[in-house]
Amino acid sequence: MPPPDLPVSGALLEVRGLGVDFGAYAAVTNVSFDLRPGETLGLVGESGSGKSTLARAILRLIPAARGRVLWQGIDLLACDAASLRRQRRDLQIVFQDPLASLNPRLTVGATLAEPLKIFEPTLRAPVRRARIEDMLERVGLSRDMAGRYPHEFSGGQCQRIGIARAMMLRPKLLICDEPVSSLDVSIQGQIVNLLLDLQQEFGTAMLFISHNLAVVRHISHRVLVLYLGRAFELASREVLFAAPVHPYTRALLAAVPDPTRALSPTPQPLGEELPAADLGSGGCVFRNRCAYAQPACALRVPELEPVSAGHAVACHRWRELVYS
Amino acid sequence: MIPMSAAVETPALSIESLRVTFALEGQAIAAVRDVSLAVAPREALGIVGESGSGKTQLCLAVMGLLGKNAHASGSVRFEGQEILGSAPRALNRLRGSKLTMIFQDPMTSLTPHLKIGVQLAEVLVSHRDFTWRDAERAALEALERVRVPEPRRRLQQYPHELSGGLRQRVMIGMSLLCEPTLLIADEPTSALDVTVQARIMDLLRTLRRELGMAIVMISHDLGVVAGLTDRILVMYAGRVVENAPAGELLRRAHHPYTDLLLKCVPNLNDTRLERMPSLPGQPPSPAAAEQGCAFAPRCARATQRCRTERPLLRDFSGGSQAACHHPISP
Repeated sequence: MPPPDLPVSGALLEVRGLGVDFGAYAAVTNVSFDLRPGETLGLVGESGSGKSTLARAILRLIPAARGRVLWQGIDLLACDAASLRRQRRDLQIVFQDPLASLNPRLTVGATLAEPLKIFEPTLRAPVRRARIEDMLERVGLSRDMAGRYPHEFSGGQCQRIGIARAMMLRPKLLICDEPVSSLDVSIQGQIVNLLLDLQQEFGTAMLFISHNLAVVRHISHRVLVLYLGRAFELASREVLFAAPVHPYTRALLAAVPDPTRALSPTPQPLGEELPAADLGSGGCVFRNRCAYAQPACALRVPELEPVSAGHAVACHRWRELVYS
Repeated sequence: MIPMSAAVETPALSIESLRVTFALEGQAIAAVRDVSLAVAPREALGIVGESGSGKTQLCLAVMGLLGKNAHASGSVRFEGQEILGSAPRALNRLRGSKLTMIFQDPMTSLTPHLKIGVQLAEVLVSHRDFTWRDAERAALEALERVRVPEPRRRLQQYPHELSGGLRQRVMIGMSLLCEPTLLIADEPTSALDVTVQARIMDLLRTLRRELGMAIVMISHDLGVVAGLTDRILVMYAGRVVENAPAGELLRRAHHPYTDLLLKCVPNLNDTRLERMPSLPGQPPSPAAAEQGCAFAPRCARATQRCRTERPLLRDFSGGSQAACHHPISP
């Protein structure tokens, strides 16, 4: 692991040894990564892998137990309320359930006005209205939709509104927590492409959370695979999809539903439900579902080890797997 | 595979000219418009479409579960018996025994304050006059059948103690208790992770082979449906726009909508990265008046004819049907 405090080459966000506990249960354990300006990191894993928890801990929506979150050199976990609030205008989030994340009693215009009223209170009303209408257009809605309420929109449109709200202040980091999982497949691409366009236009860095690697592939420059709160594999998109090493990453890839594969025999799905984290002390937490597990896997927790430049894997058997 | 004897057997399900409308603020909203289909015994049919395409209302009509403000006309026959307008008592004899349904969200379909074992046993006590003791034994077998690990312990647990995937297994086990001849699955894996989804689909394939029931599976995702079903029906704005054998549909889609839906499924084969394929625009509002082809506003192949004249389903080679003036593979 790189030394914690040194300013790493131009990183916007440096997460170091982050841990989150829910009571006695460790939801996130010792996760570290960097994010550069304008870069997208995909966070992938099943329910319970800690991907949402990790994102929320970075924003301090929930408390972290250990570690550091260096945001442009400032440790967000050590910030007082006032300076945290100042940083938050650059840190925005889009949630999974597009309708539930909008206030049903506010018009779309009022929802988009909120961030401006809080962070740019001196803005005059006509200027504010123009900014809102421009943003509505920017996310593929029409200017006259500002007067309507969330229930008048489809799921995909509500997600566009959620993205518009998050982008109102031109944040430097946008966290997208499963933004397309509850949408029809026909609409998922619209939202992913919109995020790609916004990133290109505003240079926003993104953490994109999903359980589906096929979606993550379109938007991520790099991908971090999480399992039971631990980092299992970190690699560039090109490397992760062409040459995944961790048995868990390979299983996730095999699980992607694909009509072009429907006519050929289906691969053996990953066994067992996600276990309760009672495997925690000592050994690899994936060993009870892993086709490659050996007795040694129960003895020691695998740490992330570099496989090649920019590619790290937490698996005792990675050397054998690289060549298989 | 459609059995050879399908032509002479009574279909498990036959629907003719089904129309489901809702009266909303004085307006008639049509959710299902003139749908006809048949499912042979042991056949698996997939119904695919976006939100609002009418696929769920179609299935609720089959189950006799439409809302009070809904009006259904046409005919829905389960093993020859008319469902529309049937007395609730007659429907209750079918539902949960010969004709069963599993839903998208297994948490809200299970009773939160009853143990899994009690919920399973109750089905057999009420439908099959089992004693509680026999029913509990059968409940254990039901969990074993759907490969629930540690089934004896699960009988004593409440729904909230199980993961989403396990809950859906319990729902499937429950739906199979009375050996149904038709299982309707409404987006059974949409709320689940891809890994859990893969296992549930694998289970449904195995159970179908073991038990020989007919299946109707609904989804917005062709990728999910394709691996289980013999035939796929594509719905748009309440109508069937394509109906084809699954393999045929995947190899050679006729309707431009089907083609686009196929391209939208995120997959790992496409080596061009960056932008994700998607369908532009949105389906029409069910309240909108129908004129011409409902898909025309989103269709790159649409002409003036498409905007005025509604295309009817017609036959193509390979057993496909599609409703399009300008099909992709004529």
